[in-house]
Amino acid sequence: MQLLRQQDYYQGAKAVAPLAVAIVAIGIVFGYTATRAGFSPFAAVIMSATTFAGSAQFAAVAIIGAGGPLSAAVSSALLLNARYAPMGAAIGPELRGSLWKRALVAQFVVDEAWAIAYLGGGRFSTQRLVGSGLVLLATHVSATAVGAGVGTTIGDPAAWGLDAAFPALFVILLWPHVRKPSGIVAALLGASIALALTPLTPPGIPIVGAALASFVGGNRR
Amino acid sequence: MSRAWAAVILVGSATMLLKAAAAIAGNTQLRNAQFLSRLPPALFAALIVTQAFTRGRLLLVDARVAGLVVALLGAWRRGPPLAVLVAAVVVTAVVRQCVE
Repeated sequence: MQLLRQQDYYQGAKAVAPLAVAIVAIGIVFGYTATRAGFSPFAAVIMSATTFAGSAQFAAVAIIGAGGPLSAAVSSALLLNARYAPMGAAIGPELRGSLWKRALVAQFVVDEAWAIAYLGGGRFSTQRLVGSGLVLLATHVSATAVGAGVGTTIGDPAAWGLDAAFPALFVILLWPHVRKPSGIVAALLGASIALALTPLTPPGIPIVGAALASFVGGNRR
Repeated sequence: MSRAWAAVILVGSATMLLKAAAAIAGNTQLRNAQFLSRLPPALFAALIVTQAFTRGRLLLVDARVAGLVVALLGAWRRGPPLAVLVAAVVVTAVVRQCVE
């Protein structure tokens, strides 16, 4: 049984391998853009270690970098991380041990590790979650450090066209979500609300306003 | 404390608390909250248009739109993410040199 569990950790870690290139790229780009937006390399690394979710980190950095209010940066990032509530709740009954241990293991609930841990039929492997989560965390944090190192050595981002990195990045993150009609409607509504609010509010607030788009249509799929 | 550090600490601690609380509460009913699946597309689309078409409170079209078009084409043709990103940045830089 003990051997079987160790194998599960290893299986989880191994399942991350095909995603490695994408995870390294996200980490490097985050470290780079964060330092360009005025985050210190250390702050960028700490954010990758604690927030541990590329999309939320990019949202916070984009809004802070554009001079938006802290409240908008934080709430946009947290709205993006709101998906971890149902994901964490689904895996919760599978976790064993003390409150602290469960709280610690729950930190590995990130998109990729959660998917790798899912065994089907509502069942999850905690070992696969931790095995894949540890590899993801180590990769994400070290790639962030590399990107932050590069970011502090290259000059003005606008001159290099690097200000186009954010919209391009969010296009890549958006793409998997617009396969269903409900996703397309939410995206179009979100974009319209954001553009309409831009002249009226400080940067960042239009993003929070766009979140309202997701409530249109109630609880239907 | 800088705004950057405040964002790092607030987002990081709130995310960790959210994950811990959700797992400990452990309620599978929450998975049916459909509006949660519409949050990412709404927020990503909003981030795309504000990062591509605004500066402060101004709406404007500049070289960044070229990069956005490249990114949309790249995502549509399922190009590797890093290549799409680099292409968008390079095209924006070239267009900026030529036009602005």
